[in-house]
Amino acid sequence: MNALTSMMLLPLLGSLLIAVIPNDQVLRIKQAALGTTLLIAISGVMAWFKFDAGNTSLQFVQISQWIPSFGINYAVGVDGLALVLILMSVLLAPIVVLAGWNESEGGRWSVKVFYILILVLETMMIGVFAATDIFLFYVFFEAMLIPVYFLIGGFGSGERAAAAVKFLLYSLFGGLLMLASIIGLYVIAGKHGGHTFDVGQLSELHKFMSPTTQNLLFLGFFIAFAIKAPVWPLHTWLPDAAAAATPGTSVLLLGVLDKVGTFGMIRFCLALFPDASKTFTPIILVLAVISIVYGAFLAIGARDIKRLIAYTSISHFGFITMGIFAMTSQGHSGATLYMFNHGFSTAALFLVAGWMISRRGSSTISDFGGLQRVTPVMAWSFFIAGMSSLALPGLSSFVSEFLVLVGTYTRYPVAAVIATFGIVLAALYILIPVQKALHGPTTPGNENLTDLNLREKIAIAPVIAVIVALGFYPAPLLNVINPASAHVIASQGFTDPVPSESAGK
Amino acid sequence: MEFTAPVLNYAQLAPILIVLGGALIGVLIEAFAPRASRHSSQLFITIASLVAAFAALVRVRNQASVDAAMGSVAFDGAGVLLQGSILIIALLSVFLIADQENFTALAAAVPGSSEERESLQRDLRVTEVYPLTLFAVAGMLLFPLSSDLITLFVALEMLSLPLYLMAGLSRRRRLMSQESALKYFLLGAFSSAFFLFGVAYLYGYSASITFAGIQSSVIGGSGNDVFLLLGIAFISVGLLFKVGAVPFHAWSPDVYQGAPTAVTGFMAAATKVAAFGAILRIYYVAFANAQWQWRPALILIAIVTMVFGSVVAIAQRDVKRMLAYSSIAHAGFLLAGVIALSKSGLDASLFYLFAYGIATVGAFGVVTLVRDSAGEVTDLNRWSGLGKRSPLVASVFAFFLLAFAGIPLTSGFIGKFSIFSAAYESGSTWILISGVLSSAIAAFFYIRVIVLMFFKDPVEDGTSVVIPSALTLTTIVVTSAITLLLGVFPAPLITFIESSAFFIR
Repeated sequence: MNALTSMMLLPLLGSLLIAVIPNDQVLRIKQAALGTTLLIAISGVMAWFKFDAGNTSLQFVQISQWIPSFGINYAVGVDGLALVLILMSVLLAPIVVLAGWNESEGGRWSVKVFYILILVLETMMIGVFAATDIFLFYVFFEAMLIPVYFLIGGFGSGERAAAAVKFLLYSLFGGLLMLASIIGLYVIAGKHGGHTFDVGQLSELHKFMSPTTQNLLFLGFFIAFAIKAPVWPLHTWLPDAAAAATPGTSVLLLGVLDKVGTFGMIRFCLALFPDASKTFTPIILVLAVISIVYGAFLAIGARDIKRLIAYTSISHFGFITMGIFAMTSQGHSGATLYMFNHGFSTAALFLVAGWMISRRGSSTISDFGGLQRVTPVMAWSFFIAGMSSLALPGLSSFVSEFLVLVGTYTRYPVAAVIATFGIVLAALYILIPVQKALHGPTTPGNENLTDLNLREKIAIAPVIAVIVALGFYPAPLLNVINPASAHVIASQGFTDPVPSESAGK
Repeated sequence: MEFTAPVLNYAQLAPILIVLGGALIGVLIEAFAPRASRHSSQLFITIASLVAAFAALVRVRNQASVDAAMGSVAFDGAGVLLQGSILIIALLSVFLIADQENFTALAAAVPGSSEERESLQRDLRVTEVYPLTLFAVAGMLLFPLSSDLITLFVALEMLSLPLYLMAGLSRRRRLMSQESALKYFLLGAFSSAFFLFGVAYLYGYSASITFAGIQSSVIGGSGNDVFLLLGIAFISVGLLFKVGAVPFHAWSPDVYQGAPTAVTGFMAAATKVAAFGAILRIYYVAFANAQWQWRPALILIAIVTMVFGSVVAIAQRDVKRMLAYSSIAHAGFLLAGVIALSKSGLDASLFYLFAYGIATVGAFGVVTLVRDSAGEVTDLNRWSGLGKRSPLVASVFAFFLLAFAGIPLTSGFIGKFSIFSAAYESGSTWILISGVLSSAIAAFFYIRVIVLMFFKDPVEDGTSVVIPSALTLTTIVVTSAITLLLGVFPAPLITFIESSAFFIR
């Protein structure tokens, strides 16, 4: 069977298995969930090794008719970009299950429901990146909102219901705009050679569109993705959702789901509407730069540790968006690598923050203090995750942030220069909480916190290993990403500007 | 003067005749059978005649002729599909109606009178509802097949009169139920008058009452266009009243709320199929060539209907009223299929009607299950926490709401996609935009109910979910299965509709 299809079926089988385990056998349910996600992760890694990096066409392709009357196919396939994101998703899933071993308890519903939702979500996460039929993509894009909605609303904390609704309504609104654009594409395709939803065929369609049509259709897609990613000023749902969700859900939400937005920008906005993408590039770059700086300022001012991570992500998504619309191959490679790295550094931050919060019973930063003395392993883990988030050289995020800035500078120097301030601000928003929470004397209420147990250590170790390893040696990923990025840039009709000494003189 | 006996094609009329025959037998049973055996024999007759009618329909499904009844009834593919939908929906509704808990003991007794108390004590059962249902179904079967204005009017009255009566049969809050019946009757009579007025004008215009005759007059263009316009306008008032399009919707919230829930489900689903079937036929056949006269007005009505229904539904506190406004919004979406005036518009409308009808019956079926000691609980505030009390029932209802909202993997999404793309394909950009925006608004109130059921704590006021009777359970299971199946594997039905749906002229 097709590698991607079987990876999508595995979680569904796992959720069926969990469904038949009796409710009171909590441990068995958790083991089944962990086993399934591990199995998928292994098949993801195997797909990674089978992938031919030098080949820029889609691989692991499967196309079967779904609704022939509308030209809708079940069509999956990956290029380097999609593969990297799928790999990230399937690697994060078992880590999330293991790290959040106990977060499924104490929700509105049983533990069983939690893991069924997680596994169904995993199917859709793989599907949304693998789909090469826009209709299929849309189905996953919308349907994956439902499990997340119940994960936030049913197992979160605080204002979870309100946060879940805000998340869902924002996303649905964007999704419906995208649906209008998809219908537009479908109708235009019908007039020029027959109804189809195949991304490859649709990307030829822009030649037949008037500039106005192309701009409107582009906006339908872009607004949907900008809500998802999220880009300022469509970001306000994210901090609420991240603060309310369990740490594991937050990892999947920020680490994986939000990447659908930036992935969609490359896969659909750029590929389908190259002219409109050029038209809107200046505006989008401005929004991206605002996101970088504004997100960083919000993060500096944040008092809640989960909100802080959400705000840093807004800043990071600004970098990714900037890298995408810089239209250089470095920028693109950087953005794609950034998506991967952000997944892992956010996972590390959220998971460690989740452990800190559950131990201390508070998510306010100022409640913590001197954790390094009491819980050294937890403190160091948080420290490394933080350093990765501020892109310390030697850690993975540095490579991607550097590539994005270099790639942007060659074409849009002003945007790159302003964005560089984001790095300075990043140092502030990470170092201030690190200083407050980890260093200094142990403040009252923190003396008796316990350090990470073995399960938690096992969960966080691979994340930190990835962060460090890719910081020193990003080549395995870049070897897959670079050809794909170069292909996208070339098919956009761009060539990389050659840096020259005289530039800027 | 020589009188020629009418030549009837009994095979093609069989579905209507069988249902009418069943209704007449039902009347005889009312008159002669002992009270104790009435309910079971009525139920048997009703189910048997619906099933027999469906079998008769299947037998002649591939025939097509304009001569089923001397040119008054057009038997064709679209007609077969509509009749089939109506019969299936009617059968599923009868299962709900069979749960006698909903109905008054003695319809003729004045509310609050000693007669009423006595009838309740004697545990009488109202069984008139079965023949009434069958009469209404017979009218509904004839309505979309009528191909002249007189037959259309007869069918309109035939389906309406029993419904007026059925709306007043509620067991509890009888005054409200009777008020709604009276309101429905008066407004219905009013709209019938409009309809007849339009018939007179069209006869004046074309000297013909058949759709074909009107069509050829329109093509010939020799008549007085003022008469044509007035005729179309008044007939449209009569038909749009039946589907509850703005501004002819005022009856529907009150009637939906006042009528027994099982009847509401039947009315909402089956009437909509029948009335939209008739609308489709008259606009696609008789008025097709006058589209420049009616299309702009109908586009406006469609947009106003979908926006108004979605916006006002937000303010509703009663689940039946909310569903009423949601059905107004759906009438707007369905009008998009009429406006499309194309083969794909017809296909999309037929699919949408079936999918929506099935989901509606199912949703109202769930409503009948939520009760307290005084009968059904329709106040939404008292539905809060339903997910805790009865997770399965709440999940099923949530699923129907998601189908109404048009979330992927439900039948509602496929319907919405196909009907909007058909409308856009025929050039109605505004329909697409307002459709998408009102879907976003509508999503808000559907999700609010889901929040209420799942994320709010239950109020302890005696609200409970009763164990459904076997028939009610069948309806709910079948409708939710169809809704899911049409969302995931819609291809067989779509292909079938595509190959068989056409209007004979």
